[in-house]
Amino acid sequence: MSPAEPTGPDAAAASSSVPGAAAVPARRGSGLALLGSEVAVLFRRTRTIALLSALALIPVLLAVAVRVATDDDGSGGGPAFLGDITRNGLFVSLTALTVAIPLFLPLTVGVVAGDTIAGEASLGTLRYLLVTPVGRVRLLLVKYAGAALFCLAGTLVVVVVGAIAGAALFPVGPVTLLSGQTIGLGDYAGRMLLMALYVTISLLGLSAIGLFASTLTSVPVGAMAATVVLSTVAQIVDALPQLSFLDPWLFTHYWLGFADLLRDPISWSNFADNALLQAGYIAVFGALALGRFTTKDVLS
Amino acid sequence: MSDGTGPRPDAGLAVQTEGLGKTFGRQRAVADLDLAVPQGSVYGFLGPNGSGKTTTIRMLLGLTSATSGTIRVLGGAMPEQARDVLPRVGALVEGPAFYPFLSGRANLVRLDSGDRRAPTSTRRARVDAALDRVGLGHAADKKAHAYSLGMKQRLGIANALLMPRDLLVLDEPSNGLDPQGTREVRALIRSLADDGTTVLVSSHLLAEVEQMCSHIGVMSAGRLLTQGTLDDLRALGTHRVRVLTPDPDLARGVLTRLGLVPDGSGSPALPASPDAPDAPAAPAATGSAGAVRVEADLGVEGLAPETVVAALVAADVRVRGFEVAGASLEDRFVDLTGEGFDVAG
Repeated sequence: MSPAEPTGPDAAAASSSVPGAAAVPARRGSGLALLGSEVAVLFRRTRTIALLSALALIPVLLAVAVRVATDDDGSGGGPAFLGDITRNGLFVSLTALTVAIPLFLPLTVGVVAGDTIAGEASLGTLRYLLVTPVGRVRLLLVKYAGAALFCLAGTLVVVVVGAIAGAALFPVGPVTLLSGQTIGLGDYAGRMLLMALYVTISLLGLSAIGLFASTLTSVPVGAMAATVVLSTVAQIVDALPQLSFLDPWLFTHYWLGFADLLRDPISWSNFADNALLQAGYIAVFGALALGRFTTKDVLS
Repeated sequence: MSDGTGPRPDAGLAVQTEGLGKTFGRQRAVADLDLAVPQGSVYGFLGPNGSGKTTTIRMLLGLTSATSGTIRVLGGAMPEQARDVLPRVGALVEGPAFYPFLSGRANLVRLDSGDRRAPTSTRRARVDAALDRVGLGHAADKKAHAYSLGMKQRLGIANALLMPRDLLVLDEPSNGLDPQGTREVRALIRSLADDGTTVLVSSHLLAEVEQMCSHIGVMSAGRLLTQGTLDDLRALGTHRVRVLTPDPDLARGVLTRLGLVPDGSGSPALPASPDAPDAPAAPAATGSAGAVRVEADLGVEGLAPETVVAALVAADVRVRGFEVAGASLEDRFVDLTGEGFDVAG
């Protein structure tokens, strides 16, 4: 290597197409600092903590309600697995997920995803991020990563708090699968994490929709509401037999399909179909968000 | 936009636009703007509210796309070369904006972490230095929502100073600041300019611009009416002659004969006069008693001030003081932008 030849960051600065001495070295960071900052800002925010606390309340309320009404054998209706809780506390997580998926999880995800860009725009911090400069594509990616991480956190909160509440209030033992076999606690814990992953993936399409909605407005509440309403509409359409031809295309279609993970051997077809469908939603709405945001006049 | 149609890059200019225009729907916010901000200058970007200053600044920074024309900032085309240009630019755009639930320090850390060229290792030190520079060191850990408008403004300026910059774009930097803060901001801008940083500062406050700027551009209704050095702009206006004399009537007669139009009855040029600082250096205090100031616009083509003095003396007017003054910048500003108080549509 010739000493006269600039290398590394200096070379990047020297080859910069902008004439004039650059005041700072053209070091290209990975952008991870921004992601770290985004995650820290998101999860330290009171609102996020409140949302996660609300999600944590679902399994707690569920477990307490079943425990208090313990005379009733619980088989007379209610969400799936409710009746199993008294025999095995580990079913609290499963029941809580079933309860949270149609409304509570989409609600919290809608708040976070709808806030991504519109929230920054309404605060005015969007213009400062952009002149920092955070590239628009990078900002979208970081924002989406933050929302996806929230999906995972929200799901894990329901599962983990459910397991704790169940273990505290009910007997815990080996779990009988839907296919009849009995598995130990370790195996069951693995399957619960798989279920959390399934639910997280299920919410990624909705997050992409929220991200796109968020690029359309500088009023975060509007983007949040639009996202939540869409998730409800999709579930209603899914429930209407007359519109059943739409079902495979609805991002909510596989939301409750995680029970397959409680069979032995595990049936992966829902998992794969769901992942593919969510990837499609991410691609379409991610592209729409990119197209919208990269050409948008930032006036707020 | 090909290089052929773009402005020829001028190394001496920190900001250069050619034919810059922006239309919102049918509303033309900015039209035909040829901005030229020389390197190292403190450029005052003046204009009434709604004249297109902020829209222009948004286009310079790549926040808004231009409908027409080209932009070069620090030699790089905007917004195409934003990645290379913007790290060298510090900006305060349309007021400060922060995450209200974060402390002042955390806000700066957050924005700094977005800059890929800002070294993580020095982040904390740079943030603290910027906070100290704007006098917020003691309030760094307060949540931003507890900040007063002036404190937010300071925090916004601190954000622009997180890294060494070649260009600072400050939109109404002294908005909401108390007189003390305004002075500090002026001193800060001057010290930055002394270090070689080019500063583009927009304002609707003439006095402020006059005190700290070397160059000036005046916008009105989306157009740049004039730009140049402060002295250029002052020289553009009509000059006034002021004669301090105990013989006002005689002096008025002379001025009238020269084709000038003297002002009314003249004001006594006593030290107590509110115009005292403007008055020509008074002769001996004893001699000034009874002296009166006679003023007239030097509005006759080719009439030199010395001719006026010679004529006055020849007519035995006792001239105790004589001054040629440029029109005040405020007069020029109002000449250019009109008197109306209405915000430009």
